[in-house]
Amino acid sequence: MQSDTADNVRAALGRRGRWGWGEVAFWLVAAATLVFLPERHLILNEIAIIGLFALSLDLILGYAGIVSLGHAAFFGLGAYAAGILAKNGIGDPLLGLGVAALAAAILGFVTSFLVLRGSDLTKLMVTLGVALVLGELANQMSWLTGGADGLQGITMGPILGLFEFDIFGTVAYAYSLVVTFVLFVIARRIVVSPYGLSLRSIRDNPLRARAVGIPVNRRLVAVYTLAAAYAGVAGALLAQTTQFVSLDVLAFHRSADVMLVLVIGGVGYLYGGLIGAVFFKVLQDVLSAWTPQYWQFWIGLILVLLVLAGRERLTDRVRALRPRSRRGLATDKARPLPTTTAREV
Amino acid sequence: MLRRTFLGAAAMLALTGAASAQEPLKIGLILPMTGPFASTGRQIEAAAKLYMQQNGDTVAGKKIQLIVKDDTGTADVTKRLAQELIVNDKIAVMAGFGLTPLALAPAPLATQAKVPAVVMAAATATITEASPYIVRTSFTLPQATVPMAEWAAQNGIKKVATLVSDYGPGIDAEKAFTSAFTAKGGQVENLRVPLANPDFSPFLQKVADAKPDALFVFVPSGIGAQFMKQFVERGLDKSGIKLIGPGDVTDDDLLNNMGDVALGAITTQHYSAAHDSPENKAFVEAFKKANNGMRPNFMAVGGYDGMHLIYEGLKKTNGQGGQALIDAMKGMSWTSPRGPVSIDPQTRDIVQNIYVRKVERRDGELYNVEFATIPNVKDPVKAAKSN
Amino acid sequence: MLTILFDGIAYGMLLFVLACGLAVTLGLMNFVNLAHGAFAMAGGYVTAVLMNRYGVPFLLTLPLAFLVPALAGLVLERTLYKQLYTRSHLDQVLFSIGLVFMAVAAVDYAMGSQQQMIRIPTWLQGRVEILGIQVGLYRSFIIAVCGVLVVALQFILTKTRFGSRLRAAVDDPRVARGLGINVSVIFAATFAVGSGLAGLGGALGAEILGLDPTFPLKFMIYFLIVVTVGGTTSITGPFLASLLLGIADVAGKYYVPSLGAFVIYTLMIVVLVLRPQGLFARAR
Repeated sequence: MQSDTADNVRAALGRRGRWGWGEVAFWLVAAATLVFLPERHLILNEIAIIGLFALSLDLILGYAGIVSLGHAAFFGLGAYAAGILAKNGIGDPLLGLGVAALAAAILGFVTSFLVLRGSDLTKLMVTLGVALVLGELANQMSWLTGGADGLQGITMGPILGLFEFDIFGTVAYAYSLVVTFVLFVIARRIVVSPYGLSLRSIRDNPLRARAVGIPVNRRLVAVYTLAAAYAGVAGALLAQTTQFVSLDVLAFHRSADVMLVLVIGGVGYLYGGLIGAVFFKVLQDVLSAWTPQYWQFWIGLILVLLVLAGRERLTDRVRALRPRSRRGLATDKARPLPTTTAREV
Repeated sequence: MLRRTFLGAAAMLALTGAASAQEPLKIGLILPMTGPFASTGRQIEAAAKLYMQQNGDTVAGKKIQLIVKDDTGTADVTKRLAQELIVNDKIAVMAGFGLTPLALAPAPLATQAKVPAVVMAAATATITEASPYIVRTSFTLPQATVPMAEWAAQNGIKKVATLVSDYGPGIDAEKAFTSAFTAKGGQVENLRVPLANPDFSPFLQKVADAKPDALFVFVPSGIGAQFMKQFVERGLDKSGIKLIGPGDVTDDDLLNNMGDVALGAITTQHYSAAHDSPENKAFVEAFKKANNGMRPNFMAVGGYDGMHLIYEGLKKTNGQGGQALIDAMKGMSWTSPRGPVSIDPQTRDIVQNIYVRKVERRDGELYNVEFATIPNVKDPVKAAKSN
Repeated sequence: MLTILFDGIAYGMLLFVLACGLAVTLGLMNFVNLAHGAFAMAGGYVTAVLMNRYGVPFLLTLPLAFLVPALAGLVLERTLYKQLYTRSHLDQVLFSIGLVFMAVAAVDYAMGSQQQMIRIPTWLQGRVEILGIQVGLYRSFIIAVCGVLVVALQFILTKTRFGSRLRAAVDDPRVARGLGINVSVIFAATFAVGSGLAGLGGALGAEILGLDPTFPLKFMIYFLIVVTVGGTTSITGPFLASLLLGIADVAGKYYVPSLGAFVIYTLMIVVLVLRPQGLFARAR
């Protein structure tokens, strides 16, 4: 009997782990932009980075139900870690990514204990507070970070000793895209694992999850640390590809933007952050080229309309394009955070 | 090896950008048009457009196209926009840059692509050292600050408290003032205020306790008004503490609305809308007319002169950008609305008169009225280095 | 020393007026309204425009600074917000942020991006000495207005029929409806009052905090800090929290200026880690 259940779960998870044609197409299109959109590589690079950043927020918000308004803390720490490393002559990009991930993961681990308690609002504000304190620290420690002037003099070595960053942003974009893809695959693997399943059950009902023997706190600490490392990598990518770090990597608007990006794209499925990033950045770019002064008005209007028209419905429609994801939509009713129910990958 | 081909490509890019004759000459104007520093962007954009309106959009037989981009005051966005403008739009020159990090971020790009960058606002001294293609038409904070210290020392002020916003330019101003003022035998006490700080009361109370002869203050221009009000509210003006500083606190854009609290503040800066010259009268009048009565401030004059520099430079190079343009800009001198200015050929920074001004009421409006001039001030930081 | 205390109280009071409307919508109606600052900004601009363009005296503009945002709040509540009460917090965040963006850009378009100044009447300027303490007149005025507000709000919420109906409507809308309480009218009225209070706060605060189109974004964090630290179940919680934060902030910046910027954030984190429901909330 019991082994039957285990087999069923394993089989179900295995089914979910399989790649749908929609997903393959998504990444093929992304890869194709490397060749077909040479003029847009700079903004595509930014999109890839924000997409990865949103993906990392999704890991905690969409899969574990931890809301955060201070995710930029990890992003910024990663950016500064990679930047400071490169400034001091260690210009290998991959090493920089590793150090950034490690630094952010440590911070994530330490601060994860602060966000385990309290309501959504408390979590929002504690994470926000951490980011603000970190931002203020970076401002004060100007001997290390360059303070408000920004960290200058970053020179990156070639990736793997082969590819030098170019002014067209092609190498930068390829680099960010590959890193994002690799991390995406890992994240995808994680969320369809039994571990990912346990996270979702915690999100949906922490009490019940605890009752069936899931070590809730340990799982949450682990995912928060993982998400922090992801955000750190995203920050490091930004620092390495722009070769500049300034205080606004830690600023509130960065945390808020990534939240918007993720919510627009859809919470609780890994493509949400990526799609949101494409949508938000392209929109911002088009609008701000059209009216540099008042583009915010139109972004705002679109957000309002999006919510009124039913954001959930829109993103669900996208998700419904992929076959095995329709289950669980019926229960998608209003409730406190997180909004998403048992949703797949 | 790869690096070399890349630099070669960048140089080619700069060349092809300038070589095609039919293509319009593009100027990329990157400014914070939204966010807390939006008013900087607005002033500069308005001034740049005014200049083009007055001087036509054709230079050396080529059409000039101004591309305005909003960087939202975020440095990595500035850099990306600059890169896009260079790569995609093949601009001949980029300009704008509202804040120090926003000017420093794209500096390596200017070097790589050999595209001159005209800094129209950011005022930290070191900016022009970040790339040999950067030229500045605004001012440097030490340039405006050191004369203040000298004036204070000459006018019987012995003890000064400084109060600056805790970020690059603020610290620049604090250092410049402190070293210049102590060199003249004055006494200084330093205070720093966080940049995001709505209430000045604890800092002003500290100033009140210290009882200095004067309070030297530098805060970004938008915050200056609040600061002035709280300064007066606390009665510091009545207790005989003079308010001095570089002109950011008495920004022309806001000054008239500040009301009587601003009266009597003594500042040193390179531009006042009340500057008495025919060039300036014409400039102020045209600017107000084109912008719904908005008064130009020091940002606007930086943008106006920046456009002038680009136009004159392009005339000299016959429409060529890159190295030729930056070489043409070096040493150029002209009469700006702010008075005579020139570009220092060594540092590419602006050399200009600094005026000592006092806020007074004139024809019912408040103005920074100039009462003393220190001619041809170079940036003291770089001047000290070269000696 | 006492002057610092006084300044801290005044600053805290100001924070309270600005945030108490949010405490009402967030705490009582459980709606995350990040556009709260936009209503505060509206109040500030009403005062600024009336004073600077039409020469209306400062005190007379205050009721209007309350009414105009309240009316705007009422209209928005009836047309848009009410559809979102049952939606998730994320939807509410997205929606209200959208409103903030629109408000910022619209005000920028209509009024320009520069700081707006108001000139308070001369009898509110300057300061007097009371019992050896230097007291700013305008700050005393703020304290007085806020004191009245706190008492009035507390009275309305706890002692009046409206207050008990509101609490009933919040606790269980369905049962409240069953008891014949018109829940949507109560919510609309509460929302309007909350917006109006924000407007009043914006008008009072313009003198000290400044007023420009980015106001709603700049001060959003402060509102949220006050409400979360105070706890969202009462009015007294945010009130005491505002006082605490105001005094701590001013005192921190006075005594240890180099760490001044950290005080308010650190205090918030510590409070929330120790008491996740807020400082003065009873656990529900």
